[in-house]
Amino acid sequence: MSGTGINWFKYSSPQALYPLAGRMIPWFAALALGLIGVGLYVGFFVAPTDVTQGDAYRIIFVHVPAAWMSMFLYVIMAIWAGLGLGLNARPSFMMAQAIAPTGAMFTFLALFTGSMWGKPTWGAWWVWDARLTSELILLFQYIGIILLRSSIDDLRRADRASAVLALVGVINVPIIYFSVRWWNTLHQGASVSITAAPTMAGTMVTAMLVMMFGFWMYSIAVTLARMRCVIVERERHPSWGKQASMPDAVEAR
Amino acid sequence: MSQPSMSEALRGVIRRDLLLAMRHRSDVAMSVFFVVIVASLFPLGVGPESAVLRVIASGVLWVTALLACLLSLGRLFTADYLDGVLEQTLLIPQPLAVLVVGKVFSHWVISGLPVVLLSPLLGLQFGLSGDSLWVLTLSLLLGTPTLSMIGAIGAALTLGLRGSGLLVALLVLPLFIPVLIFGAGAVTNSLAGIGSEANLSLLGACFLFSFAFAPWATAVALRIALE
Repeated sequence: MSGTGINWFKYSSPQALYPLAGRMIPWFAALALGLIGVGLYVGFFVAPTDVTQGDAYRIIFVHVPAAWMSMFLYVIMAIWAGLGLGLNARPSFMMAQAIAPTGAMFTFLALFTGSMWGKPTWGAWWVWDARLTSELILLFQYIGIILLRSSIDDLRRADRASAVLALVGVINVPIIYFSVRWWNTLHQGASVSITAAPTMAGTMVTAMLVMMFGFWMYSIAVTLARMRCVIVERERHPSWGKQASMPDAVEAR
Repeated sequence: MSQPSMSEALRGVIRRDLLLAMRHRSDVAMSVFFVVIVASLFPLGVGPESAVLRVIASGVLWVTALLACLLSLGRLFTADYLDGVLEQTLLIPQPLAVLVVGKVFSHWVISGLPVVLLSPLLGLQFGLSGDSLWVLTLSLLLGTPTLSMIGAIGAALTLGLRGSGLLVALLVLPLFIPVLIFGAGAVTNSLAGIGSEANLSLLGACFLFSFAFAPWATAVALRIALE
């Protein structure tokens, strides 16, 4: 690991990560607050009213970014879990552990706002179409991973077992994403994609993207905060928490 | 002494598990009776109208098969885990994934195959007839091995944990859902006269996919559980 460049592995020790996370949280939290504020303002006050759906469509500014984040966070969690299994690195498992509840929250938010949107536009709170069902499965998967972790007392096994489960569940993410294309469903197809011009007004797209970045920053801030809790909980070093940087190594275990 | 080949090891595992199952025949009988009883509860609960029963038949029988698989997952590794055989199994020089395939196959023969063989009879109870009866049997024949494959991952992950029976259900049932959708969909489509080939092909794809990845994931999970 010795070299002239930056030692990236420095932050693979929880002890070095803890203060770094502490320094990063306020920045990401401020960014999240600003972006979500701007996104909501543009979404609710600037974006035009939809011709067919009226103002009910405005839930889109929470619903779509939340749904994106629910899938995105699952993939990120699985990547950290895979890195943990491959490199045998504890902080990777801690990251996966810290991401899971936020991912579950966004999945729930996507389902919840979706049903609020579904009632006025489809006339039903819930329909069993492919996208809704697969998103519901995603929520079950998040819950399953959290439950599996919490029911194993041995930390090493808890880390690795939930990592395997997270990796197995990755298969659901492309199914959710392509469900509107593979099956003829009630849920509308994607309005925004990278390859084609969006099928909605410019301000709407802007608000949605700003909201997504806001949610993204929020996820980072919350994950890092939870990460700090996980580190303190796991390392249980007497002087930790009060004094962030320890002179000697904590790698006793 | 020369090492047994991979296929010999596979056969050895299957032979041992099936022999053990034959010695505990009541275990096998229990999952069969479970299926029959659960399937019989629905006509009593929903009412005996054959038009309704025919519509719900595929869903009910598929969910029953799912539950039967789930309930027998505890037997897959637990006994070996408790008496130490599993630890010795990990030391066998042949790839663990291959041995897992053997164990999963025996599990399917014990818990899945009886359901498949029973399904025409149960289908008749629900008023299915002709083509849809065969589609039901075929869909279960294609789907139940997938259930055992996916279930093995959950069984290995929860090995020896407290409350593992309930936990394995929570982990594995979400992963069973695609199989349930395609399996029950095949029967529903054949009832509607649309043709069930698409759903059956998807079931076959699910099986091949799980066959390629699940034994490997199960082997990793077993090593994690026993390290």
